[in-house]
Amino acid sequence: MLDYLISIMLTAGIYAIFALGLNLQWGYSGLLNFGHVAFMAIGAYATVLLGMNGVPLIFAVLAGMVLAGACGAFLGVATLRLREDYLAIVTIGFSEIIRFLLLNWSSLTRGSFGLYGYPRPLEGLVAHEDYNIVLAGIVIIVLLLVYALLEVLAKSPWGRVLKSVRDDEAVSISLGKNAFSYKVQALALGSAIAALSGSLLAFYLQYINPNNFQPIETFYAWIMVIMGGSGSNRGTIVGAILLWGFFSTTRFLEGYISFSPSASSAARMVIIGVILIGLMMFRPQGLFGRKEDLAVGK
Amino acid sequence: MENEILRIEGAIKRFGGLLAVDGCSLSVQEGTIVGLIGPNGAGKSTLFDLISGFVRPDAGSIIFSGKQIGGLPAYRIARLGLVRTFQIPRALMRMTVLENMMLGSQNQTGEMIFRPILSWGRVQAQERSIEKKAEEILKFFDLLRMKDEYAGSMSGGQKKMLEMARALMADPRLLLLDEPFSGVNPALSERLIERIKMLREKGLTIMIIEHAIPYVLALSDELYVLNKGAILANGRPDQVISDPKVFEAYLGVGFDAQH
Repeated sequence: MLDYLISIMLTAGIYAIFALGLNLQWGYSGLLNFGHVAFMAIGAYATVLLGMNGVPLIFAVLAGMVLAGACGAFLGVATLRLREDYLAIVTIGFSEIIRFLLLNWSSLTRGSFGLYGYPRPLEGLVAHEDYNIVLAGIVIIVLLLVYALLEVLAKSPWGRVLKSVRDDEAVSISLGKNAFSYKVQALALGSAIAALSGSLLAFYLQYINPNNFQPIETFYAWIMVIMGGSGSNRGTIVGAILLWGFFSTTRFLEGYISFSPSASSAARMVIIGVILIGLMMFRPQGLFGRKEDLAVGK
Repeated sequence: MENEILRIEGAIKRFGGLLAVDGCSLSVQEGTIVGLIGPNGAGKSTLFDLISGFVRPDAGSIIFSGKQIGGLPAYRIARLGLVRTFQIPRALMRMTVLENMMLGSQNQTGEMIFRPILSWGRVQAQERSIEKKAEEILKFFDLLRMKDEYAGSMSGGQKKMLEMARALMADPRLLLLDEPFSGVNPALSERLIERIKMLREKGLTIMIIEHAIPYVLALSDELYVLNKGAILANGRPDQVISDPKVFEAYLGVGFDAQH
């Protein structure tokens, strides 16, 4: 039972970090990133591959973040001068390109066989059966650090400019702010945070393969952000806990219901869908969102 | 001329087949209020878009305090001290009135990513002084009691006032006001006129587009009439307004105005 709780804590924590990156982009900057999982994959693979080649893990993680941040910035520079929906199209394409690249670049990634047996942090120092507890501790510390960083930034003048770009870019520009640059910055920082969650996911799973990074993962992050309330970091974390709590408890109940595995996973998504529709009808701002944030028009 | 702050020569802007601004030239003296009137579709707002860099001119030169600014990105022009407001009020709805105001301040250290963490103390000190300045300007516009409310909850006239107040946070040298009186009730408008005059006294140069002629006459030191993208007349407001050409443009163009 404890193992079970710890595994929920690990996945919820890792996905909370992942979704916080998206909340920075969507909740604070209004950027439609539909390929967020690509940056998680970049972080996971960069960390694992560098780690296997003897790079100290802390640098391997940082390298993944820098690489993902650079990719995010590149996508932003390429598309953000166009209408905002172009970013959505390009990012979803990018995430599939990354996945297929990982699948087919076998000499580097071993393709669909995936990678395993790579080094994990503090591995020599902890007994194998206690490892997940230690890792959960690391995940929670990282989550709190990311949360604190984003809260400080969101309430800072930098965050103020981001919100103004989200609300009405022309106003920011008329007041001397380089709106384009801020959007690129938000995209890069959010992508780097996604990469960080990818490194932690790799440490937890002990085995990664490209199919861990399907587009649906991106939309899990969207569900967490929307459920918690776009623009609320706390809400995003609660959204992650609720979604993974739901996934895990329903998996627990599976033993008592005679559904086939595929039917029960479909049923789970149906229930999530119904909950989301209900939420949008009765509390469209999300659990922690503010009603004023729904103001439409300019 | 000695104190010229803005000079436009032969500015042209085409939108497809439409010549929105057609060889427009004008000059603005520092510390004056210049009115810009003209029938609908005359190109007034487009001219503001050209000056503020929101639209690139196809030809002509725009010189702001001795510097060629035609073709510069809009945010750079704003940083030089040439700040505009919009015809349709653009309040940042999901931000509070105070946040709207504080955004307007220039050269904020904390606007650089990570500086709010790396230079925490300095950013906090700056924030406090920006907030103080914002409160003073809000008081000047009678908006102080609304500072913690969302801008989205303001009336149209209040949004117009907020926009002007926010532009002042940037310490502009030249302020472009696009229909500042539209949606503002008459009592408030009278007060707004006094405030705009006070700003001129402090040395600010202001260009105003406005349809309400009495307000323009009350404020302007010089008046330009724009018609079909070109300057039709300019000079002292009372002279310009009694010019038969101007009268004709207003009444004659009414039927085939583009908008």
